[in-house]
Amino acid sequence: MQYEAPQTLDAALSLLAGATGQARILAGGTDIMVQLHMDTTDPDMLVDIKNISELRAITETDGAFTIGAVTTGAELGENEAVKKMWPGVVEGLELIGSTQVQGRATIGGNLCNASPAADVIPALIAANAITNVVGPNGSREVAAEDIPVGPGKTSLAQDEIVVSISFPARGARAGDAYLRFIPRTEMDIAVVGVGISLEVDEAGVCTQARVGLGAVAEKALLVPEAAATLIGTSLDDAAMEKLAAAISAACRPINDRRGTIEFRTDVAGVMARRTAKIAYDRAVG
Amino acid sequence: MAKQHVTTTVNNDEFEFLCEPKASMLDVLRDELNLTGSKEGCATGDCGACSVVMDGRLVCSCLVLGVEMEGKSIETIEGMADGEKLHPLQQQFLDHAALQCGICTPGVLVAAKALLEKNPDPTETEVRYWLAGNLCRCTGYDKIIRAVMDAAKEMRAA
Ligand SMILES: Cc1cc2nc3c(=O)[nH]c(=O)nc-3n(C[C@H](O)[C@H](O)[C@H](O)COP(=O)(O)OP(=O)(O)OC[C@H]3O[C@@H](n4cnc5c(N)ncnc54)[C@H](O)[C@@H]3O)c2cc1C
Ligand code: FES
Ligand code: FES
Repeated sequence: MQYEAPQTLDAALSLLAGATGQARILAGGTDIMVQLHMDTTDPDMLVDIKNISELRAITETDGAFTIGAVTTGAELGENEAVKKMWPGVVEGLELIGSTQVQGRATIGGNLCNASPAADVIPALIAANAITNVVGPNGSREVAAEDIPVGPGKTSLAQDEIVVSISFPARGARAGDAYLRFIPRTEMDIAVVGVGISLEVDEAGVCTQARVGLGAVAEKALLVPEAAATLIGTSLDDAAMEKLAAAISAACRPINDRRGTIEFRTDVAGVMARRTAKIAYDRAVG
Repeated sequence: MAKQHVTTTVNNDEFEFLCEPKASMLDVLRDELNLTGSKEGCATGDCGACSVVMDGRLVCSCLVLGVEMEGKSIETIEGMADGEKLHPLQQQFLDHAALQCGICTPGVLVAAKALLEKNPDPTETEVRYWLAGNLCRCTGYDKIIRAVMDAAKEMRAA
């Protein structure tokens, strides 16, 4: 295995494009290092993208944030501006692993590892996040929900890199939240994860909503039917019931040692209600 | 497989070595640099026994490649005591009997030191969450938490 740590995006792209055999991108390595240790991956080349400045930057223009793909949980947690605007996204990233893992795990790595239970992906979907992807033929924009296509599988080509993730500007009365259910309080994998982002008007009526749902299907899902139950309401009990029903209807989980199909489907509804309340309280301010 | 030349700083000493690209920093520390204080409990990021500080961030050395040490500054358990003089955390661990087999201890100490540098006055809950990635099969954690709280108190008074 060859290890390369290019300093520029162009150099990284030509390494990936010119690679013979399997080339993999290395960000924080918290997924890849485990796969190397378990012998579930054996790449011919690792291209370490952490030194590339475009991938490290966090910028803001008129309320729209762009977060570099190699931003770690620890770094994002220290960024007060992003935390204020997108607390749910930061929550999702900060839930990953331990303090030690937080120092390495990146936002782009969580998205591109495409685990069905990944904690950032539902929050990114809810936030209407757009990933900025570059490849040998230039750049393209891909909605966060269109990156994962199945467990560990993405829509990216081997020679494409996620450079950054962009978040749209939004009004002052907006909020997002991410919650997951795990049997422990720390260091576990989501049994269900829900991200919700919404906006309200002056009367506290929800005008826009997006819902991302994790760990209950082969990939994280955008659930427009669930978002629709919130719009036009003040998240009263009737709306919450409809939200829970829409969420449970969207679940197509598997049985595993963390939870049965019935449990996951039921808990998803409960978690969605709690997440919606937090997002709403943040939006109302 | 071509080895790569790496220059790095560990506990303020400069090291140069030839590194197998797949080797982890933990492998390098233990097998190449003979710094065997960092332990391997799992090699998959779950136990924290391999904890070190790299450029100011607490990390699992088993989740970092040896070649990624190039140009970095690393602090391990071997750099914690000042010659014969133990760090207050180390002394409190002895006083509290906060270790039994000792496998987790270097990682716990490195992690606890990183916490107290960032937050000299943590609550017990903050200590417990910060150390959630450091597993201990022996002590039941309580003595570890008490030792860290008392070391924090001692260091604030110093
Ligand atoms: C102990 C432990 C606990 C964990 N707990 C959690 C948890 O609670 N929740 C959770 O969701 N995850 C968890 N994880 C998994 C992991 O930490 C996260 O998925 C993390 O965000 C991955 O980021 P990384 O930068 O380390 O990825 P890497 O391992 O560097 O990369 C992951 C994948 O994404 C690809 N990739 C990375 N960056 C890019 C990019 N910019 N463009 C294109 N492809 C890219 C890589 O090629 C690789 O396939 C845990 C891992 C460990 C070891
Ligand atoms: S050996 Fe690194 S976390 Fe267990
Ligand atoms: S003292 Fe034995 S594992 Fe902690």
